[in-house]
Amino acid sequence: MSDIILKVANVSKRFGGLQALSDVGIEIQRGQVYGLIGPNGAGKTTFFNVLTGLYTPDSGSFELGGQPYTPTAVHEVAKAGIARTFQNIRLFPEMTALENVMVGRHVRTHSGLVGAILRTPGFKREEAAIRERSMELLDYVGIARFADYKSRTLSYGDQRRLEIARALATDPQLIALDEPAAGMNATEKVQLRELIDQIRNDNRTILLIEHDVKLVMGLCDQVTVLDYGKQLSSGTPAEVQKDPKVIEAYLGTGGN
Amino acid sequence: MLSNIKPAKLATFVVVAIALLALPILLQATGSNSWARIVDIALLYVLLALGLNIVVGYAGLLDLGYIAFFAVGAYLYGLLASPHLADTFPAVKALFPNGLHINIWLVMIVAAALAGIVGMILGAPTLKLRGDYLAIVTLGFGEIIRIFLLNLDRPINITNGPKGLSQIDALSVFGFNMGKRHTLEIGDWSYTIQPVTLYYYLFLFFVLLTVVISYRLQDSRIGRAWMAVREDEIAAKAMGLNTRNLKLLAFGMGASFGGISGVLFSSFQRFVSPESFALMESVMVVAMVVLGGIGHIPGVILGALMLAGLPEVLRHVAGPLTEMTGGRLGPEILRQLLIALAMVVVMLLRPKGLWPAPEHGKSLAK
Repeated sequence: MSDIILKVANVSKRFGGLQALSDVGIEIQRGQVYGLIGPNGAGKTTFFNVLTGLYTPDSGSFELGGQPYTPTAVHEVAKAGIARTFQNIRLFPEMTALENVMVGRHVRTHSGLVGAILRTPGFKREEAAIRERSMELLDYVGIARFADYKSRTLSYGDQRRLEIARALATDPQLIALDEPAAGMNATEKVQLRELIDQIRNDNRTILLIEHDVKLVMGLCDQVTVLDYGKQLSSGTPAEVQKDPKVIEAYLGTGGN
Repeated sequence: MLSNIKPAKLATFVVVAIALLALPILLQATGSNSWARIVDIALLYVLLALGLNIVVGYAGLLDLGYIAFFAVGAYLYGLLASPHLADTFPAVKALFPNGLHINIWLVMIVAAALAGIVGMILGAPTLKLRGDYLAIVTLGFGEIIRIFLLNLDRPINITNGPKGLSQIDALSVFGFNMGKRHTLEIGDWSYTIQPVTLYYYLFLFFVLLTVVISYRLQDSRIGRAWMAVREDEIAAKAMGLNTRNLKLLAFGMGASFGGISGVLFSSFQRFVSPESFALMESVMVVAMVVLGGIGHIPGVILGALMLAGLPEVLRHVAGPLTEMTGGRLGPEILRQLLIALAMVVVMLLRPKGLWPAPEHGKSLAK
């Protein structure tokens, strides 16, 4: 089996007269943090929405973990192995932190109504396993002490951590983070970076869509820069930073 | 198991249990059946409110046509355990020469299934709707069912139209007829138990069963998924939840409870007519859930008991007030006025309901 987790080739998407994506292709290796950056309107979010089944691409092919993958229904995406977080955090606000993560286990568990009503041994076993795994994940992202708090009462940084824990609970092959640093202060950004580092060190794979160039450059193994829906440059952060096309897009000609 | 329970909690439990068991005996001692009847009807409302709580409280789907499923259950039993079908159709008469008297427990299972299926069928077109729009469509569906019941006496008389179905069999538990008076005799001492008292225990049993099921659902994989759909549908989908199926399941589950309550209702009243299933009834059940504390079982029970009981209590208060105004304020009008006022006051003072779910960790120290 190859160690390429996600292989996307020739993805295009057009909205009326606007070519939002043209021939974008990326390859993410296991254990990598892969950055997708670009100025506003570059097509990052469109790419993300195509990948997670919200939009149907006009063309393109996808492979996830060596299997062909067609992102169709949104709820199939998590089952296939891509978990996501949202730019503007979307937790289940009135549920506790622990319950939020437990919902993430839904897609990997099976018990139904009858088991729940009769409290069968199978149901109890699965429920205990869900609870245990969810506690582990809360602990993993460092917010186990808030397990029984309603998620809306958590601080912004902790809500982000909770969202990541919930995504991890689906046992994803790839975790896609949509601008996780948006709205964070400097301390929170440092902590987020540590968390992402930790997740990578556990041989998990991350797709990072980010505005914050500094965070991306410091964290990612590979980076793709999008501009006007086109792939401007791809490579290691050092290579991309030296690319004159990238410099032009970000700073304008003659800038430094 | 028992060792985990605190003594104070156990004491409360015992006191409540004794009170619940003794209540109808006390009510019966008043000499008339009217109070026991009120309590019985209130328990039926508790059943309905708990069923609706699954749809509205857990899955967050505002259903204003819920009473339709109650009607489905009530009419199903009404048709299968009254002389109507046998009188109307000779073929039925030939098949059941002694009249149709289908066993209520069998009907209950069929009613739960049928109401569940109807719930899903009515739920299916509304899946993309949310909030107010969903409420309007479900309201329409609820009315459609009632209008069907009202008009299905022609060309073939199925529901007997506005006249309704009468002479419905009373419930019997293992041959023990609950529609009759029973007298206990021990030596010289004898005690007569009224049907309303028997029904009280039966309804109480169903309420307890529903409470247990509700709690078990709440604390399960499916229950959490429902709540996730309620809290944020987009996030729920992204977590791999099939929100369409989950919503249908909630509609179906809630409707099943409605269907079972309907069977109980028609065996208790022994008469059903479309009037009992008007829009106002749906609104009242929703009001019970919201007023009590949406999604919180003790709150929902409290809300149902209050709204079902309040009109009867007000009946006794309204009399003197009517006299004071020289009869200009009729007791019926006054009752409605006071109920409306009580609802407004509760919602203003306690917007989350009388007894909402407790908050965990209100705010975190920063």
